[in-house]
Amino acid sequence: MTAQVTGTDILDVAREQVLERGVPLSQEQIAQVMRTGDDQLEALLALAHEVRMKYQGPAVEVEGIVSLKTGGCPEDCHFCSQSGQFTSPVRSVWLNIPELVRAAQQTAATGASEFCIVAAVRGPDEKLMQQMREGVAAIKAAVDIHVAASLGMLTQAQVDELVDMGVHRYNHNLEAGRSYFPQVVTTHSFDERLDTCRMVKESGMELCCGGLVGMGESIEQRAELAAQLGELEPHEVPLNFLNPRPGTPFGDLEPMESADALRTIAAFRLALPRTILRYAGGRELTLGDLGTRDGLLGGINAVIVGNYLTTLGRDPKEDLALLDELEMPIKALNETL
Amino acid sequence: MVTRTGASEPVAGGADRGSWCGQCGEPVDGADHARCARRSDLEPPRWCVHCRRRMKVQVTPGAWTASCIEHGSIERSTWSS
Ligand code: SF4
Ligand SMILES: [Zn+2]
Ligand SMILES: [Zn+2]
Repeated sequence: MTAQVTGTDILDVAREQVLERGVPLSQEQIAQVMRTGDDQLEALLALAHEVRMKYQGPAVEVEGIVSLKTGGCPEDCHFCSQSGQFTSPVRSVWLNIPELVRAAQQTAATGASEFCIVAAVRGPDEKLMQQMREGVAAIKAAVDIHVAASLGMLTQAQVDELVDMGVHRYNHNLEAGRSYFPQVVTTHSFDERLDTCRMVKESGMELCCGGLVGMGESIEQRAELAAQLGELEPHEVPLNFLNPRPGTPFGDLEPMESADALRTIAAFRLALPRTILRYAGGRELTLGDLGTRDGLLGGINAVIVGNYLTTLGRDPKEDLALLDELEMPIKALNETL
Repeated sequence: MVTRTGASEPVAGGADRGSWCGQCGEPVDGADHARCARRSDLEPPRWCVHCRRRMKVQVTPGAWTASCIEHGSIERSTWSS
């Protein structure tokens, strides 16, 4: 007879396995953690925080992001207001190079070490690659900051060119676990996404690869995403909470409960003890000020400051004051976590 | 100074508050825009309050710019200096 695994048991197992031995939780164990009750939440967050402090330290990586090309994307990711396939009010627009440099300067002024240039595309065309060549060179000439990019699916030649430009990290999310992915995107496959992720890793660029939760997936499928990210071993995992966008297929879903969001953060930390775990979109809506603080004490060790691609974030001063209060220094440009 | 725009703040100059909600694109009068007003802290406007055209909106880390082809553009800083 197998004993029923209780919430307390799985936290004890996680303490010994992840904190003491550094072995990530398995998919089944991640799901068990995600199913623990509210009475266990405080202990769970405390454990995830201990894991983060032991394997990553107290520093927090701060990043700014900007949309170089907004809207009009041919893909149909059901959470995204930038798809041209839905009746979202987001219109197509390009950012010019002087404005791109200004955005990088503003980001650097917060103490951020990362600036990520994002485009709403299936993959880059020649026009976008040309904008990247000019834009990355202009930023590097004017601002001391690491430049990252997120431009969709890449060819090997494009990977090589981004490396040559000096792009040090590339973002390409899995979005969802493999079994739920077809409910989220139909215009490309999970394996196509994995192909780009693998090419990026092999190129020597750092891979930033995460996903979204709160899109109607089951706990098992949420755990599957964490486990599949763990297999990829990205340098960074950005965790997004669905912010339901008007006009998109997921526009009528309710935002995730903040306790579920916090359990997800802690479970991802226990699945990815050595990875940078970043707050990405949806945290203001899902967690608010109090939850933001709890997450930083529950496994998160990176933030996006300021606005997102099409929505607005908190004033960076509020985030920087919180980090100061929590005695979490901002990761310097020349440090690696 | 931080300038956050309200849902029915005019997008291009003038004292006229406009007839359309910048957040949802529905008429300002006759509908409840309380949710739109709350959303405006985390969302730039998408609709011109004067003519209900969808605007071109560019968000950057510290600001947003919204442009109507007929009524011009406006930029708002979202950071305290
Ligand atoms: S590929 Fe990116 S921009 Fe395009 S619809 Fe999907 S998430 Fe949105
Ligand atoms: Zn409205
Ligand atoms: Zn107008």
